[in-house]
Amino acid sequence: MAGNIATRAAYGDALAALGVDERIVVLDADLSKSTKTDAFKKKYPERHINMGIAEGNMMSVAAGLASCGKIVFASSFAIFAAGRAFEQVRNSICYPGLNVKIGATHAGISVGEDGASHQSIEDIALMRSIPNMAVISPSDAYCTTFAVKAAIEHDGPVYLRLGRLNVPAVHQENTRFEFGKGVMLRDGTDVTVIASGLMVQYALEAAKLLEEEDINARVIDIHTIKPIDRDIIIKAAKETGCIVTAEEHTIVGGLGSAVAEVVCGEYPVPVKMVGVMDKFGKSGNPYELLKLYGLTAGNIADKAIEAIQML
Amino acid sequence: MDQKEVLSLKKTAANIRKGVVQSTCAAGSGHPGGSLSIADIMTYLYFKEMNINPKEPKNPDRDRFVMSKGHCAPVLYSTLAERGFFPKEDLVTLRKTDSYLEGHPNMNTVPGVDMSTGSLAQGMSASVGMALAGKLDKKEYRVFVGIGDGELEEGQVWEASMAAAHYKLDNLICFVDYNGLQIDGKITEVMNPEPIADKFKSFGWYVQSIDAHDFNQIKEAVENVKNQKGKPNMIVAHSVKGKGVSYMENQAGWHGVAPKQDECDRALAELDEYIASIDL
Repeated sequence: MAGNIATRAAYGDALAALGVDERIVVLDADLSKSTKTDAFKKKYPERHINMGIAEGNMMSVAAGLASCGKIVFASSFAIFAAGRAFEQVRNSICYPGLNVKIGATHAGISVGEDGASHQSIEDIALMRSIPNMAVISPSDAYCTTFAVKAAIEHDGPVYLRLGRLNVPAVHQENTRFEFGKGVMLRDGTDVTVIASGLMVQYALEAAKLLEEEDINARVIDIHTIKPIDRDIIIKAAKETGCIVTAEEHTIVGGLGSAVAEVVCGEYPVPVKMVGVMDKFGKSGNPYELLKLYGLTAGNIADKAIEAIQML
Repeated sequence: MDQKEVLSLKKTAANIRKGVVQSTCAAGSGHPGGSLSIADIMTYLYFKEMNINPKEPKNPDRDRFVMSKGHCAPVLYSTLAERGFFPKEDLVTLRKTDSYLEGHPNMNTVPGVDMSTGSLAQGMSASVGMALAGKLDKKEYRVFVGIGDGELEEGQVWEASMAAAHYKLDNLICFVDYNGLQIDGKITEVMNPEPIADKFKSFGWYVQSIDAHDFNQIKEAVENVKNQKGKPNMIVAHSVKGKGVSYMENQAGWHGVAPKQDECDRALAELDEYIASIDL
């Protein structure tokens, strides 16, 4: 079930599965077939409210609902949820700390053919900069199910970063996830790759490539980007001596920056970043785009070697 | 309402206006003009109409009020204090570093504030969310909201208006404080939102126009709302910016400028004189 499905689909399924909780209300902005909240709508039509193509209004409406005791999932594409509606998310939701969960799908350049206007590569930076906001970027369907549960349990705003593209399972059905705690998928001693979202699969592939070079890489899925798991990062810095981050997001302000903020202050070691190098995306086949922008196992492995060479 | 009731409300409103003048003067900043223009509506809602209890500010069945024009926090705070939500003495701590009375309404620090506002139009959308929650939960509470006429220039007001009519939120009662002035001057010159009533009618609202300083008209409009189903309610309230303080009336310059101590003293003397003239 959890193999090769998109995290947005897992999000819709999880909402439908957990929707028996009558506090849950799902808002969408005319994209319920794409954000997959239509799965929830089929089971609980009275609690699925279409707000039309008006994302700013949707976020403030979500705040009003949450102030009356609802757990609100407000869904749209990441570019609109975090970008267009940034100020509503900041002032209506995060400042009062209201219980709104933002289900932001179609994050990153793997949106593909729709092109740069729809490829959100800044949303992690935007969302994690807001006080009171938690940010989760799940890597597969198992992780997404956990993320939706964690969002329901967490009292306050949560940003869920979800993808359009089908992704393989990198976790097991019995993987134990914890909000704010990374998952070590593979132990290693020479370098640590800290990845999120669809980059986790490439981090695991990179570890195999590095193995051929006799380099033993640790791989961490750091699904919760805020609050970030400081302990697992500091431990990796101490035990492996250098770090590579991998994210489908600009290297400005995203996961790489979040990891560097911890490493710089606690235990400085080289940190190399794989991500979009401060430029816009473009139209194209998603897999071709990932290659074009260097979001590959090969690039992660190269950066790992560069990091090791700095020691 | 009989004359005695009206006079009593006028007296309460004058006391609320005093709080606006005192708090903004003490703060050395803030927004007296639009606070004074909506003071009578606040008075009517909090002292005659709303189902609220200062001892239970979070009661889930209470009526809500959202000050969407959040810069008018001074009149919201003064009204809440007058109604007993917190001590009136605290009003002069407005905007101070160690005070809970933030420059714009904060629902987490100020008892009785139902929504944090400040960024225009967002409060109106939040009130749509509250009204939707009321419908979902089949609760009887109503959501009142105060918005500015300049605020109508925000596109989000119209997104919220579309949604309120689409979902038939007849439990939503919105007042436009139509004082005709915004920071840079007359609203008709800065960015004309007219025809306001017709715009809301065309968006599917039940629209009434009143004199914002006539308690009988406020009451009549609120009573009319109770007999209409299926539409959100807009009350276009024609008001005077700075109402009640002679030198502030109809002056855009008093939108976001606090009175200095001598100006404050003059305003308080005027209001005290007015209160003394009311013979109950």
